[in-house]
Amino acid sequence: MSNQEPVNTFSSRIVVLPEANIDTDQIIPARFLTTTTKAGLGKVAFNDWRYNADGSDKDFILNQIDAQEHQVLVAGNNLGCGSSREHAPWALMDYGFKAVISTEIADIFKSNSLKNGLLPVVVDKATYDKLLANPQQRVTINLESCELSLEDGTVFHFQVEEFARQCLLEGVDAMGWLIKRLPQIEQYEQSNGKAA
Amino acid sequence: MTAKSLFEKVWDAHVVEPEGATSPAVLYVDLHLVHEVTSPQAFSELEARGLKVRRPDRTFATLDHSIPTLRPDAQGNRPYVTEQAKKQVETLERNAANNGVRLFGYDAENRGVVHVIGPEMGLTQPGYTVVCGDSHTSTHGAFGCIAFGIGTSEVGHVLATQCLAQRKPKTMRITIDGKLQPGVTGKDVALTVIATLGFSGGTGYALEYAGDVIRDLDMEGRMTVCNLSIEAGARCGMIAPDQKTVEWLRGREYVPQGEAYETAAQQWLALKSDDGAVFDKEIRIDGSAIEPMATWGTSPDQGAPIVKGVPVATNEDQERALKYMGLHGGDSRDVAKVDVVFIGSCTNGRMADLRAAAEIFKGRHVAEGVRALVVPGSEWVRIEAEKEGLDKIFTDAGAEWRLPGCSMCIAMNGDFVLPGQLAVSTSNRNFEGRQGPGSRTVLASPATAAASAIAGHVADPRQFMALESA
Ligand code: SF4
Repeated sequence: MSNQEPVNTFSSRIVVLPEANIDTDQIIPARFLTTTTKAGLGKVAFNDWRYNADGSDKDFILNQIDAQEHQVLVAGNNLGCGSSREHAPWALMDYGFKAVISTEIADIFKSNSLKNGLLPVVVDKATYDKLLANPQQRVTINLESCELSLEDGTVFHFQVEEFARQCLLEGVDAMGWLIKRLPQIEQYEQSNGKAA
Repeated sequence: MTAKSLFEKVWDAHVVEPEGATSPAVLYVDLHLVHEVTSPQAFSELEARGLKVRRPDRTFATLDHSIPTLRPDAQGNRPYVTEQAKKQVETLERNAANNGVRLFGYDAENRGVVHVIGPEMGLTQPGYTVVCGDSHTSTHGAFGCIAFGIGTSEVGHVLATQCLAQRKPKTMRITIDGKLQPGVTGKDVALTVIATLGFSGGTGYALEYAGDVIRDLDMEGRMTVCNLSIEAGARCGMIAPDQKTVEWLRGREYVPQGEAYETAAQQWLALKSDDGAVFDKEIRIDGSAIEPMATWGTSPDQGAPIVKGVPVATNEDQERALKYMGLHGGDSRDVAKVDVVFIGSCTNGRMADLRAAAEIFKGRHVAEGVRALVVPGSEWVRIEAEKEGLDKIFTDAGAEWRLPGCSMCIAMNGDFVLPGQLAVSTSNRNFEGRQGPGSRTVLASPATAAASAIAGHVADPRQFMALESA
């Protein structure tokens, strides 16, 4: 959280999971949440989609691609719904993803992703369809200009909450930003009868 | 003065620094609840920065998600599912002690599921902002709080500063008019709301529930309704406090006592949306038409009145969901055999819920081949229920009676549904594998869950209620 690398522009091939409503229990099942660190969750990302009960691989795309080559996950509508577990973006990032794209991304997952440098990109249906039409394509994401460029030349302007964007671009640390406001916070507590 | 909504009143009272074009608002948090699963990395972050919890007096912790619900052995050893689960509990015990945070641990008389114990102890009070690293924090909105779930980074922010950087959400009022039919509960109202809004219909909104049906619900029912706001994508849902709220909280451990309580109550009763308050969206639902509900798919909005049977899929998502559930469109709900029934969780693990289930279980027996598990939401609920003899009703009916915890709601403590089994649960999520790898979940009210345990298939509880009154 503290020493986040600034994110600006990058290009990568996409990987598509077209299912709608991929919830955080799919991204990382609850039984893997007993961890006390963030490390190593990539191997259980989409665990129950990737592995059989005996631990062997299922025939599933995330077992077949080179994660270094595919850093952008394109998913069906309402990605990341469900629980507030930040383990979901941690797992996706540890797997190798830098951005997720969907026509709708759930609030808490979006907020958690932004705090970790996993860029949530909400696109319109037309752009989503173009991504699906060529699921092998390479896309470029530019956070400075908020542009997603597809292989066919389509450029989509996406929106990111401005503060989160600044945090990502400049590596600003949100906790530090709040800590700088402690004098105002104390003032608020004093004038509202909330002091310790 | 412009008319304000309940949400705006509470929000405005907690703004330390207003939001601007490039910066979010700094929002003050009155109550921060903490549990073992989403907090360790936040405490580590504080430690890495040489910080301590800034307001331990506004921070309360409990053990609920990864703890066993079976009793400890003669030596006091608890049957943790893994060493790692035990380590996670010990990590919170250590973090709480190091920071002077009150932990309702195993020795506390009020340990329990975080969203059950907050209100029970009166930690949750009208007009508060309440956060927790858990998406069902919306539960506390039943008391007129802005209450929402946050991620672990934000848990760290609140531990360090008692504040969050937040953008103000849009507002939506859901008015439920009319009068509920007998046998219809808060859970059925909530499942109807979610089915109406859709799985993401509430995304970006703070919900306010209003109307006669909401007024008529008891506090437990209101908590169930607010609890499920997140299943329509809304981070928070709230209900204006009224006399019921005031009576429910009176005398609880952390609320003001005596004269001070009456003063507080007067302020609480003023917390309501002004006439003429404007919402970004308004919807109305006819409460009189709501029937006992059960989900048939793999997202909480895929629910329907039990009497209507399993709906026929109208798109690919629904087809996929039915296939996973092993259900067939057009079938009546008594076709699919139920293997497991789970009664508990922050949605329906309170006294009113257990009483409703007990009414159905009383003098009956769980159907052959059904495993029924009743897990109280807190130690307080467990003790109360045992005083009333509910535990006996459950065990006589062939159900298991456990220690409080999240248990099969999230299935990370060793209580889980086996692959392919069909479970009827009073919890809140029917995602694929939520209750264990390959598990299939039907969400329903405590009365419906109990009726389904008796019948061996998803059953409308009114059939058992009618028998009683006849
Ligand atoms: S009972 Fe279920 S939903 Fe509630 S806090 Fe526990 S795991 Fe979360």
